[in-house]
Amino acid sequence: MTEQIIEKIEKIEKKHEKKETLRDSIVLKVYRANRLAGEPGRYDSVEVPVQRWTTVLDALLHAKAYKDPSIAIRYSCRMASCGSCGMKINGIPRLACYTKVSEMEGSTITIEPLANFPHLRDLVTDFSQFFLHHRNMQPYVQNEHADIKDREKLSEFVQKPEDLDRFLQFSYCIKCGLCYSACPTVATDTKFPGPQALSQAYRYFIDNRDSAGKGRTNIVDDKHGIWRCHFAGSCSSVCPKGVDPALGIQLLRGHLLGFSKNEKKIADLQERLNKN
Amino acid sequence: MQIRESQIMKIHYITAIGALFVVAVHILMRLIMPFDMSLEYGNVIANYHNIPYAILLESVLVLIAIHGFNGLRVILLELRQSKAWEDGVTILTIVAMMGVIAYGTRTIIVANGLGFE
Ligand code: SF4
Ligand code: FES
Repeated sequence: MTEQIIEKIEKIEKKHEKKETLRDSIVLKVYRANRLAGEPGRYDSVEVPVQRWTTVLDALLHAKAYKDPSIAIRYSCRMASCGSCGMKINGIPRLACYTKVSEMEGSTITIEPLANFPHLRDLVTDFSQFFLHHRNMQPYVQNEHADIKDREKLSEFVQKPEDLDRFLQFSYCIKCGLCYSACPTVATDTKFPGPQALSQAYRYFIDNRDSAGKGRTNIVDDKHGIWRCHFAGSCSSVCPKGVDPALGIQLLRGHLLGFSKNEKKIADLQERLNKN
Repeated sequence: MQIRESQIMKIHYITAIGALFVVAVHILMRLIMPFDMSLEYGNVIANYHNIPYAILLESVLVLIAIHGFNGLRVILLELRQSKAWEDGVTILTIVAMMGVIAYGTRTIIVANGLGFE
């Protein structure tokens, strides 16, 4: 499965391999509005100098530093790891720090806040509901046999590479919200957990260290739960980390329908002290 | 007892597969004679009088009503989210589904002649 994932990522990269256009400058058409102050939205155009390796985030930070310090942006790592710089770039949800200006068509780049999230200011949106859906899936390993109270005898789980392969791709999620923003069901159903939370439910459901299978599936098996996915697949096509949330959702549905059995054997516990 | 959404969706998928089968048989039966002729009064009544065919029609009615009204429920649930709306949609679709099944069944029984012989 690991090879399949690498192959898939390579395929995605190949698909997204764009012709580079080298320019000296680019115009950023940035959506501006302060929702809390009740300001109506508008677009401000800012011209910034760019180089071959300039990312949209670099360009925005240049605009903020030298042209208009009031542009609101959220970012942190600048290396597609923290998931905080998600925005709509030329209409598609992307990470600003992972999108090179030279790969964009045209000399103007339109930058807007992520759809499906409550808008706060300029390019910043409110992630509270998104994180709440994630937390609601109990995104942690639960195992009633784990002896975590006895610090002296702390145990560890024995897991085979095949066991890891089942959920590995889903654990690459950085909670950037791009899939949630691209999901057509989230756009209409505010109670729908969205592709990120649902694929995380599968990630823990299929993890053989976890024994909370039923409890977790009961959370998603709801009127507004996993069944409301229409399999548009837009979540998987925008994910910057090669996660396939649509696949996770379909696999979990298979388990709920009884087509696939969760044949996972709960991982054995091994005492650290007696390991050797 | 609360019915889980997965149980409803299982019924949704099973009725879809069942409906595909019975509708296919129903369409094939239209093709055993020229289509216009198959819709003539005498032939239609003869169909209703044929008990296995009347059962087939009843299955088409029940399967499509269950599948269709559950589909409508799903669409309406996605439109708005509030307890009153959700309860209203559930009750409305169940009542409408039972109404359609009852009316259609009555038509089949009347046309079959069972109710009058
Ligand atoms: S699944 Fe992908 S797109 Fe969705 S939150 Fe995780 S990393 Fe972002
Ligand atoms: S700044 Fe961290 S993902 Fe872009």
